[in-house]
Amino acid sequence: MLEGKRILVTGVLTNDSIAWHTARVAQEQGAEVVLTGFGRGMSLTQRSAKRLPTEAEVHELDINDAGHMDALVAALDKKWGGLDGALHAIAFAPPDALGGEFLNTPAESAATAFLTSAFSYKTLTVGLRPLFLKSGGGAMVGLDFDNSVAWPGYDWMGVSKSALQSVNRYLARYLGEENIRINLVSAGPLGTVAAKSIPGFTQYENLWAVRAPLGWDPHNPDPVAKMACVLMSDFALATSGEIVHVDGGFHGNAAGRHEGLDA
Amino acid sequence: MDRNDIESKMKELLVEELGLDEDKITMSATFEEDLEIDSLGVVELLMALEDNFGVQIPDEEAESLVTVGEAVDLVEKKLNA
Repeated sequence: MLEGKRILVTGVLTNDSIAWHTARVAQEQGAEVVLTGFGRGMSLTQRSAKRLPTEAEVHELDINDAGHMDALVAALDKKWGGLDGALHAIAFAPPDALGGEFLNTPAESAATAFLTSAFSYKTLTVGLRPLFLKSGGGAMVGLDFDNSVAWPGYDWMGVSKSALQSVNRYLARYLGEENIRINLVSAGPLGTVAAKSIPGFTQYENLWAVRAPLGWDPHNPDPVAKMACVLMSDFALATSGEIVHVDGGFHGNAAGRHEGLDA
Repeated sequence: MDRNDIESKMKELLVEELGLDEDKITMSATFEEDLEIDSLGVVELLMALEDNFGVQIPDEEAESLVTVGEAVDLVEKKLNA
């Protein structure tokens, strides 16, 4: 499905992450893959890169550091002379922006969450744009948790995810004429390093257990990774500005089939 | 590999791969308080153990690890399983 595609994957960190599994599926489907890591997570990312079917190169990318982006683009240009797809798996919220502190979160913490989790989708996409132009187009995929309703404790990370959905639509609007497709995968809860940092995460797992029509395995990122690869492939050529839910069907339901009956 | 080998290999990887202070590493040292490993460090420690000893450590078993000695116990148990 991805034979001959050149794909950049950010946010791998561990071999439990959605990003690692996306890199794995992409390689299995014939793509060449390069990873990026960040600061403290570089050595962990390098360790995880060795566990892929084919060991992948790792470049450092702090998304808020323009020098890193320039160096990455130069390296990819030299290696591949273009790029076909990229996964944005980048998010961060300071501890006081999550976990029920919504009413007390200072503006700087909310702004940090927005900058790293939503604005960064623009930063990465625009940074990679010259490489996509050389390839006659490309596909960006970002990772979303659908915040169109409010969630327990998700707070300013949730607000940032709502912003990400909007960034997704505007990027699709501005870059369509360059044949660059922009989409998000909205995943159900998965027990990754990112998820473990969200207070009260087990509540989400319990909700999915009763409400997702297809059921949901919080320890299996494979379905999410596969959808990310579909969106980067030639099987999604007329899809942009879209948010594809890979959540066991949860988002279409306000209650599970048996939920609330025994009240 | 006997227990002494596991202990010395454990010390080596804690110093060389995780960058911990050699003087602080004893069998009773706790990862979080004595060695000041953060949550990412714990994840890296587990991957380093798996890579160096060729064992698999599920999250449930990893969660109970507090001291260096307990990590040695776990690796020893895995290698002899």
